[in-house]
Amino acid sequence: MDIRSPISPDLLPELFQRWFSARGWSPRAHQLDLLAKAQDNRSALLIAPTGAGKTLAGFLPTLVELGAPRTKPSPKITSTGRGVTRSGGLHTLYISPLKALAVDIARNLERPIADMKLPVRVETRTGDTPVSRRQRQRKYPPDILLTTPEQLALLLSSDDAPYLFSSLKRIVLDELHALVTSKRGDLFALGLARLWRLAPQATTVGLSATVAEPDDLRRYLMPQASGAQNMADLVIADAGAAPIVEMLDTKERLPWAGHMAGHALGEIYDLIKANKTSLMFVNTRAQAEMLFQDLWRINDDGLAIALHHGSLDVAQRRKVEDAMAAGRLRGVVCTSSLDLGIDWGDIDLVINVGAPKGASRLMQRIGRANHRLDEPSRAVMVPANRFEVLECRAAIDAVAENAQDTPPQRTGSLDVLAQHVLGCACGEPFSADALYEEVRSAAPYADLPRGDFDDVIDFVATGGYALKTYERFARIRQDKNGRWRVANPKVRQSYRLNVGTIVEEPMLKVKLVRGRSKGTGSTGAIARGGRMLGQIEEYFIEGLVPGDTFVFGGEVVRYEALMEDEVYVSRSNDANAKVPSYMGGKFPLSTYLAERVRLLLADQRAWKGLPDQVREWLSFQVAFSRVPGPRELVVETFPRADKHYLVCYPFEGRLAHQTLGMLLTRRLERARARPLGFVANEYALAVWSLGDMSSMIRNGRLDLDALFDADMLGDDLEAWLAESALMKRTFRTCALISGLIPRRFTGEEKSRRQVLFSTDLVYDVLRKHQPDHVLLRAARADAATGLLDIRRLSDMLGRIKGRIVYKELDRVSPLAVPVMLEIGREAVYGEASDELLAEAAEELVKEAMHGQD
Amino acid sequence: MQAAQATDRVPSVTVAGITFAADLAGALFWEDERLLIVSDLHLEKGSSFAQRGVLLPPFDTAATLARLAAVIARHDPRTVIALGDSFHDRTAHERLSPDDWAALSALQVRRDWIWISGNHDPALPRDLGGVVADEVAIGPIVFRHEPTGAEGEIAGHLHPKARVSTRGRAVERRCFASDGMRAVMPSFGAYTGGLSIRDVAFAAIFQTLAFTAHVMGDRRVHAIAASRCY
Repeated sequence: MDIRSPISPDLLPELFQRWFSARGWSPRAHQLDLLAKAQDNRSALLIAPTGAGKTLAGFLPTLVELGAPRTKPSPKITSTGRGVTRSGGLHTLYISPLKALAVDIARNLERPIADMKLPVRVETRTGDTPVSRRQRQRKYPPDILLTTPEQLALLLSSDDAPYLFSSLKRIVLDELHALVTSKRGDLFALGLARLWRLAPQATTVGLSATVAEPDDLRRYLMPQASGAQNMADLVIADAGAAPIVEMLDTKERLPWAGHMAGHALGEIYDLIKANKTSLMFVNTRAQAEMLFQDLWRINDDGLAIALHHGSLDVAQRRKVEDAMAAGRLRGVVCTSSLDLGIDWGDIDLVINVGAPKGASRLMQRIGRANHRLDEPSRAVMVPANRFEVLECRAAIDAVAENAQDTPPQRTGSLDVLAQHVLGCACGEPFSADALYEEVRSAAPYADLPRGDFDDVIDFVATGGYALKTYERFARIRQDKNGRWRVANPKVRQSYRLNVGTIVEEPMLKVKLVRGRSKGTGSTGAIARGGRMLGQIEEYFIEGLVPGDTFVFGGEVVRYEALMEDEVYVSRSNDANAKVPSYMGGKFPLSTYLAERVRLLLADQRAWKGLPDQVREWLSFQVAFSRVPGPRELVVETFPRADKHYLVCYPFEGRLAHQTLGMLLTRRLERARARPLGFVANEYALAVWSLGDMSSMIRNGRLDLDALFDADMLGDDLEAWLAESALMKRTFRTCALISGLIPRRFTGEEKSRRQVLFSTDLVYDVLRKHQPDHVLLRAARADAATGLLDIRRLSDMLGRIKGRIVYKELDRVSPLAVPVMLEIGREAVYGEASDELLAEAAEELVKEAMHGQD
Repeated sequence: MQAAQATDRVPSVTVAGITFAADLAGALFWEDERLLIVSDLHLEKGSSFAQRGVLLPPFDTAATLARLAAVIARHDPRTVIALGDSFHDRTAHERLSPDDWAALSALQVRRDWIWISGNHDPALPRDLGGVVADEVAIGPIVFRHEPTGAEGEIAGHLHPKARVSTRGRAVERRCFASDGMRAVMPSFGAYTGGLSIRDVAFAAIFQTLAFTAHVMGDRRVHAIAASRCY
């Protein structure tokens, strides 16, 4: 028995004590703590590492309550006007961000329920649940319902929501740290606010990995009231044994750039051989594809190594998951599709290939190794280039200190609120005043101004336009008591089809067919049909011409043709794909880790912990130019071939650097430096030009302080946003989530291309005619943190003000080499379309002139 | 022959021996006749969607007319041909706001205006200002809404667009499609999407891929071989 947590007979009934003992377990302290919180009717946040029995802790109070002899027969019956009688009513609602997790948990709960013969009915409700069972669930709810935020939103928008949820006692939120960082978290917070009104007696339990600011999550779990900070109680489980994290001490030469870690392939393979089951995390689908393919090329022992990422066909993913659970695999190459806590059995080593990006992200990945708490998890970091060595070192230090860098609490977004308001109008009619109060009880919306709320109502009703021409087309209308409800049943139907905040990039199906011997992409002559390999982003395919090769599904394929929403590819004999799709990393380097990397660089004594090759590289930089100090920005200029380069090292992540690159090239254009392009990586930005920037700076014609002044976030930013493809993508997401443009239509199924209305056209028109429209405001708020990362850029410009250190060089510096190598490898950013079109036009001229010879 | 156009300072589209200036806004201008041609304005497309519950911003008509006013100011045409689908649906003209009516009427002052009927607006009322016709012939050129592939034909209807890809980057824009004997105009309306010139609909008109896409870039029109586009 666990000495620190003697079982209190008051807390845990004998039946449960016997069940624990029979399995050779004893209840953990945090499990009993949560039980005590439940008996005191307190909401609580449990922070526990993977493998700490988090799920059981979350459900134990419910099982104990439902297992106890009922003191009263059944709760009162709420009339629905349908004359339905019911059993006990819904007791506990469990919400998980992953459908698969809900199903997994349901399976795990069956065991204690069956063992102890508890009179408890558990059911799941996901997108896959058949209609008949969903209808039954609404009439005869189970005791415990496991579902997703989207399904909850649907249930809440139905007329019988009050009936269904009035008996609710407990709400359990799994993987809360992952949920709250996204718009899904906003949607769920609004649903939670609704549940608190329907079931004021219900308490909430949040289950989370370790986070930087537990108070954010504690507030999320409680209804907020103006002026007060209501927080759920905090229960922290024992952290378990500290993980053992090492950096791969490679015998090979460390690459200057790239994210594939090809140099360490043999060493990674040796690690797989030396362990039972290894999980290899990479940051992008493209990296996963490449690593998987490379490993099989050297897999002389025929080890069972599999691939798992979100774009693969579902059937194929399930196959990998099952093989994993059965212990048949030696290694799995995966992306964040395996970040969250589904239990895949015994993993004894996590190999993180490439940059860790964030300390908390790394810790969660490491937690996937070894689900037994008392043994340390083991992980090996494999940096793919020299900068990543610094990042890995900083991350390992952060893990040792258990320093977290999860993002701060979001401010609830307005597009999600619009979707929620429409959902509310689908149920019982609401008064704007009451809904405003309810919405503000959700933590992300606690500070929502009334003006914004009213704009959202106006948007949902008639589009929120300055021109009031759509009154007769209103989607929601006020009744004579001033309460809002949907104008007609079609609106309700459309809401149901479009609920949710996950906006996928437009995807195309990839099918494998037999290739043509030659051909230049005329459609036709391709056998339709073919084996489904998975899905790929439309924008990636749009950049290809037939004949281009790329890696997909673990092999090099040749792009043959595009027909409607299907991409036809054939097997290719090329060893190397022609078109790389290194998306440097889906997640930007966290601010915290960037800070640590800067500190590490600035402190020469700390270089002792770095590999010789890296130390040598940095020493050359010291001798030749300068290594950036902790708060300063080093800017270098130098000539190379017939161009002039400016390289700076902000360490703020690719996204912020790309935005900086767009704005700098605009300013350099105005200064007549004739910039040609730029390329960004996680650490640095390189801009090249025809004009001699070195001499311009020397002669005072280019002022670096002015160039990097924060005022670039004013007019320059506005002008760029007008045409930025990234901003248009951001707007598209808001337009779809808010319900301005439906993603799915009622009635007969039409092909996506026929019905989709281009949100780019809407963006252009709206921006010109009503720049303060609520959707543009929502998109700008997203741009601050999303694809454009403007807030981070703004913080950086503040940090370096007056701290720019300039070095005029006669050639490239050692520190600049990695970003210079990205040129030509990364798609060069720049939205100058005319150059690309002119290039194609030149070909026509050449072709015609050649024909006249 | 078409190669020369790419290097011309003023981009142009030639049909049956007549050279038209290709305006970046998506209009053709016949200098000798002082004739301006625009196609597929789709006025009131926004409110047409709104009727069906998709509340697109109601500014598209004003945006389209403002662009049209700018093109007209650039060329000061004696005659304007709107090549069909000027209105998005049969009752669209009834939804025009008083301001938009005024803007449209102002454009018609001191010039002839010809509304060609299209499949979206087959029965145009007579009180729109100007004249209504199914098709118009001027010299060797015939103007009609739906292309038939006839020689000397300038039509609209298909909303041609072209995508050019290089090294993993792509640009997709509206374009004129022409093989020297016939042309298809891009759509002019603020809310009009496009159809790839590699669609079978274009094969029916041009027979082969030996036609040119005059693609509208940010600052100029680029003549690109259709076989180079997707």
